[in-house]
Amino acid sequence: MAVETSDRPAPSSGPDLAPILKDAGVTALIAGALTIPLFGFRLVSLGTGQGIGLEQRWGLVAISVLAVFVGRIALTVWLERRRTGRRSAASEGWSLKRYARPLLSGTAYVVAGMAFCWPWLPFVDRWLLDLAILVLTYVMLGWGLNIVVGLAGLLDLGYVAFYAVGAYSYALLALNFDLSFWQCLPLAGAFAAFFGIVLGFPVLRLRGDYLAIVTLGFGEIIRIILLNWYDVTKGPDGLSGIPRPSFFGLPFKRNPPDGVTSFHQFFGLEYAPIQRIIFLYYVILVLALITNFFTLRIRKLPVGRAWEALREDEIACRSLGINARNTKLTAFSIGAMFAGFGGSFFATRQGFISPESFTFIESAIILAIVVLGGMGSQLGVVLAAVFLLGMTEFFRELEHFRMLAFGAGMVAIMVWRPRGLLAHREPTVRLNGPPGADYGRRSP
Amino acid sequence: MEYFLQQLINGVTLGAIYGLIAIGYTMVYGIIGMINFAHGEIFMIGAFISLIAFLLLATLGVTWIPLALLLVLLVAMLFTSVYGWAVERLAYRPLRGSFRLAPLISAIGMSIFLQNYVQILQGARVKPLQPVVQGGFEVMKREGFTVSLSYMQIIIIVVTLVLMTIFSLMITRTSLGRAQRACEQDRGMAALLGINIDRTISLTFVTGAALAAVAGLMFVLYYGVIDFYIGFVAGIKAFTAAVLGGIGSLPGAMLGGLLIGLIETFWSAYFTVEYKDVAAFAILVLVLIFRPTGLLGKPEIEKV
Repeated sequence: MAVETSDRPAPSSGPDLAPILKDAGVTALIAGALTIPLFGFRLVSLGTGQGIGLEQRWGLVAISVLAVFVGRIALTVWLERRRTGRRSAASEGWSLKRYARPLLSGTAYVVAGMAFCWPWLPFVDRWLLDLAILVLTYVMLGWGLNIVVGLAGLLDLGYVAFYAVGAYSYALLALNFDLSFWQCLPLAGAFAAFFGIVLGFPVLRLRGDYLAIVTLGFGEIIRIILLNWYDVTKGPDGLSGIPRPSFFGLPFKRNPPDGVTSFHQFFGLEYAPIQRIIFLYYVILVLALITNFFTLRIRKLPVGRAWEALREDEIACRSLGINARNTKLTAFSIGAMFAGFGGSFFATRQGFISPESFTFIESAIILAIVVLGGMGSQLGVVLAAVFLLGMTEFFRELEHFRMLAFGAGMVAIMVWRPRGLLAHREPTVRLNGPPGADYGRRSP
Repeated sequence: MEYFLQQLINGVTLGAIYGLIAIGYTMVYGIIGMINFAHGEIFMIGAFISLIAFLLLATLGVTWIPLALLLVLLVAMLFTSVYGWAVERLAYRPLRGSFRLAPLISAIGMSIFLQNYVQILQGARVKPLQPVVQGGFEVMKREGFTVSLSYMQIIIIVVTLVLMTIFSLMITRTSLGRAQRACEQDRGMAALLGINIDRTISLTFVTGAALAAVAGLMFVLYYGVIDFYIGFVAGIKAFTAAVLGGIGSLPGAMLGGLLIGLIETFWSAYFTVEYKDVAAFAILVLVLIFRPTGLLGKPEIEKV
């Protein structure tokens, strides 16, 4: 692990070797202290009943210390170069910023066009279609969480709880009361929003980081209840046989029961399982776009403005007469509602749900999508979801390394670009000055 | 009655471990106002380093248990505090002065990173340790039920008390403690008066990590099994303890740890084991709603 940013005075003129080497030496020493216990020894089990022994791996320690040493030198030199080279490049930054906005909206249209045509593109097979459905589910969840985190500035670490509420309410309603997906979808959203209100009402007056921990606790409580309330949720076994959605009452079945017309019979098509997948794809695409459209519109409404104002300065908002708690509560419950929609879609797509799917790490992934994309940026969420889940699928066998990179990525994003890759913090209302004049400005 | 007494002993032991972790949360919160979400992971790393140190000493032939315990304690505290330092340096220091939620998000990232880091390096399997300290006293024996107080529990409680005393003296008597209290009150003013803020904050993380390492060692000895996931739940509970006692208050952290340990033990003993975590989380929510300053905390005044 190299120390990423340096606040020590770098050598003033030219690459002065001695301090750089000394600095790198100290860093390597620290790296040694970090790596010796955990890299140097590995706990291995000696077989049943024999306990555990140690395996020594000094080569690994040497390699990592050396890597840190070299990396630190390279970093120092690079930072020095950049520091001296920055002045000349200062004028270039302006022209880039001027093109940034049209470029972004262009990308948005391209992405939207791609999304609509995706199932019909020639290279798209079943696997890519499934992946796209997964990505869109997370895009939708990301957009939902973006309302809470990005717009209202409330850090919600238990977002997956509402996702779980949505999934379980659909599954239970469908299995016990024989309701269809389309009847359950609004109910699931309503349940999730209700949970959001019930949880949010007492806790939303807490400061940001307390709120984060309480929502995290709430997420865990929901998971533990789902795990242990066996009579209703079947505990760790999960609920299976969750009905699939139908196309306006036309099921996707090869041999529908008597008196029911199947989708392929109605349209006179050959039966193919891919029809259902394509249908699911469009369902989630529409759901996600509704979330997006809703967010874009509500930002322009007084309540949306109030969210963003609250995010920036709560005390100022209160003194201007905004009811902070109710405003936060709307953001929280609307975010929860979209998670509920997403959850019931997840349940109907999988046909099987268990508490396994609703762990803290899911919340962290959704949060990472929002953070990586830039809090408040709708397009950023899409790009981040594509990137993160694409990585997930391509590096499936490197499961743990993926999560390792994921955690490190969250730290790195916060250190380098705390506003995310596509920061979108321009106020929706502007008093004077051209749009983009204070683009990228950070508080000191 | 006997059952109650036994649970009381178990609860106090567990509470001592939680209290040691909670101090790390409460100190960091006091000084820079952030929740060090990765602190639970530091505790887990402390437990792993302790286990490795035990096995290493066993291969080196150190068999006298008090000496082995002392050496492991020192090694674990030393190496774990380097981790505490590095986490602060890499993930939190660059973010000082950034927006409010940035350090917390960074801390969550760090927590995920460290969990998977240990999982990759040490494997996902549960790591057992043969009991090192065995035996104990029989406090009471009646109607076939024995109330026992094991040597291990005595060690845990005594070590915790000793460390707490040293630590309180450090905060109240030494110049480092004075600097920490100054930073807690007003960082800008402390800097103007010549206190090295960066160094003080680093040392806060180092002491917090060292105490978490002790907690990790105790955990290994007491439960005998660890895995890479222990930090998450223990961290949340210790945080709950810190909040319950009043975040920013050191006696509060200890008291909160004790209470959480007792509540959890009694909940498991008299109600259901499955819902013991729910009990802890519910307490967290209730405390935050009804008494956000905790039992011994000072009210926080937000100034414009």
